[in-house]
Amino acid sequence: MNTATLTKRPAWRMERYAPALLLAAALAIYIAIALSLGHTRFLTPEAAVSILNRSIALGITAVGQTFAILVGSIDLSVAHLISASAVVSSAIMNGDPAMMVPAVLAVLLMGAVVGTLNGLLITKLEVNPLIATLGMALIIQGCLASFHGRFGGSVPDAFQYFAYGEVLGLPVSLIVLALLVLAAWAVLRFTRFGSNIYSVGGNRDTARAAGIKTARVVMASHIICSLCASLAGLYLASRLKSGSPWIGTEGAYDLESIAVVVIGGTILSGGKGGIWGTVAGVIIFSLIDSIFNLAGVDAFAKQVMRGIIIVAAVAFYAVRSKRIVA
Amino acid sequence: MIQETVGSAKAPGAARGGRLPKINPVFFVLAALLVAITLSNPNFVEPTGYMNFLKRAAPLAILAAGQIYVIVSGGFDLSVGSVITLTVVGSSVLLNNNADATWWVIPVMYAVGLAVGVVNGLVVSYLRVPSLIATLGMMITLNGAAFMWSSGSPRGYLPETFRFFGRTNIQGIPLIQFLPVALLVLIVVGLCLFWLMHRTNLGRLLHAIGDNPRAAQMSGVPLERVRIIAFVISSLSAVTAGILLGGFAGVSTDVGVGYELQAITACVIGGAQLLGGRGSVPASIAGALTLTAIFTLLNFIGLPKPVRDVVQGVILIVAVVLATYRRNRAGGT
Repeated sequence: MNTATLTKRPAWRMERYAPALLLAAALAIYIAIALSLGHTRFLTPEAAVSILNRSIALGITAVGQTFAILVGSIDLSVAHLISASAVVSSAIMNGDPAMMVPAVLAVLLMGAVVGTLNGLLITKLEVNPLIATLGMALIIQGCLASFHGRFGGSVPDAFQYFAYGEVLGLPVSLIVLALLVLAAWAVLRFTRFGSNIYSVGGNRDTARAAGIKTARVVMASHIICSLCASLAGLYLASRLKSGSPWIGTEGAYDLESIAVVVIGGTILSGGKGGIWGTVAGVIIFSLIDSIFNLAGVDAFAKQVMRGIIIVAAVAFYAVRSKRIVA
Repeated sequence: MIQETVGSAKAPGAARGGRLPKINPVFFVLAALLVAITLSNPNFVEPTGYMNFLKRAAPLAILAAGQIYVIVSGGFDLSVGSVITLTVVGSSVLLNNNADATWWVIPVMYAVGLAVGVVNGLVVSYLRVPSLIATLGMMITLNGAAFMWSSGSPRGYLPETFRFFGRTNIQGIPLIQFLPVALLVLIVVGLCLFWLMHRTNLGRLLHAIGDNPRAAQMSGVPLERVRIIAFVISSLSAVTAGILLGGFAGVSTDVGVGYELQAITACVIGGAQLLGGRGSVPASIAGALTLTAIFTLLNFIGLPKPVRDVVQGVILIVAVVLATYRRNRAGGT
């Protein structure tokens, strides 16, 4: 009995703290490289903020993606939705500060519609979430490309406050992301909806048997995911002054957000994980980028190592699990 | 109990219909599409029309025939597009415009494909990384490797000896006038993969681990080995598709982009069940031909590329909805 608990405990701890360990390792490597190269200016709080500030869009998207993955689903349409949101918002605003509110509302509405459609396809028509959202991605991409000629415009200067404004020395966008993370954490931790997400993600049939309206939970998670993607699109439009139809796919936000969530210890099949892991994953990703920049790694080698790191990071905790994955 | 009664009530009908209900609907869809193409472009019934169609569809069909192995076993292989890119770019670098090098470059590319498949399989089986993430990482890595290998700007061209497989037509064949080598490759690969999947023990094991990995493992299926073989077959089919594509198109770092999703789409159109347990090689090849036929048709009608994307999205969803509907009507399993 005693030996059993002894052998069991580290495995449990390992899985739980893997994201934190990975984050600590990434941070240690970053500091070591900065010190060894004598770039102490990269170790200041300002540098930390600028590292974080580089992955706001990925962070916002990943918060949404966490909901989709936790509930046992996945969303591959976020990248195209980000592009669509950026393009639509800059087209509606068209440099006019008075149109800011309608544009934001329109974009969020679009996100809600896409999320609802994804949810309906997955719950009512029982389409595999991968296929449903992939199909949705292709549809959004096609619509965007066929209307693109008619879209133009740019966001007014006032809207750029979202990306470039500062409050108390902290970027507004970083504060927005932090608030979003806190809200997501509160929802997952303290509300019934949050615990329903874990139940449905863990075992949909059991959750249904326990009286949870699983379809609603899945749908709501997808709406949250799409709303986050729309918000990320708004942020990118604000940062780049106008939206372009390849803004989301170029950043590979669909696959990167999934990678970040999974590196953060959330299990792809759902029901296990949380928002703090995702936060750790996002920071790990931006640290990796900073490490490569500091060390002056060539762009292509960077990509090669990125791929290996994603797999290695997931393997780091997955290798101990007994479950059979496909 | 209810299902049993439904089953027994249905049985006589099924018997009367003979083998008809067993035919995968993808073949009817493909036939209908081919008729539609013929109506919109009568030249299609000429050998040049349909042979060029088959030639263009061959890489995707081969890719789908390989991908179905991984899908049946319960996973995904997202790395095939990057394997295609690596094959084309790597061959052009290794060949260095020297036609005599073809005979050893092609085996080298197959060795690379073999290594990629083995690594994918090992990572999924032993490191327990979900195949989605494992092959995604492989895709990112290989795309980076292709860039590195070509120093970012692939140049040069592939010599005729290498392009033979994708480009050449064998002339002077009675009845059909000419036969593209690409089609010949598709037929050979298709028959081999059909035999392996539907006539050997390996195929049964693949279906077993895709349907219920735990049960398969408990009945003694060598889970890891079978999975690695599935990934190897998929990667090797991607190298084959890459060699054919290198024959059609020039050398660039985006030849393979999007092929992984098209291959999965083709398998799904062919009625494969994602996450494993169901799928067939001929139906996947038919799915690939269907997808190509739809694109050809849209092209003839004169619809632009964006509409193609929307159509591919809709088809993908509809194919899965129909497959689910059929499965539910057939009573579970």
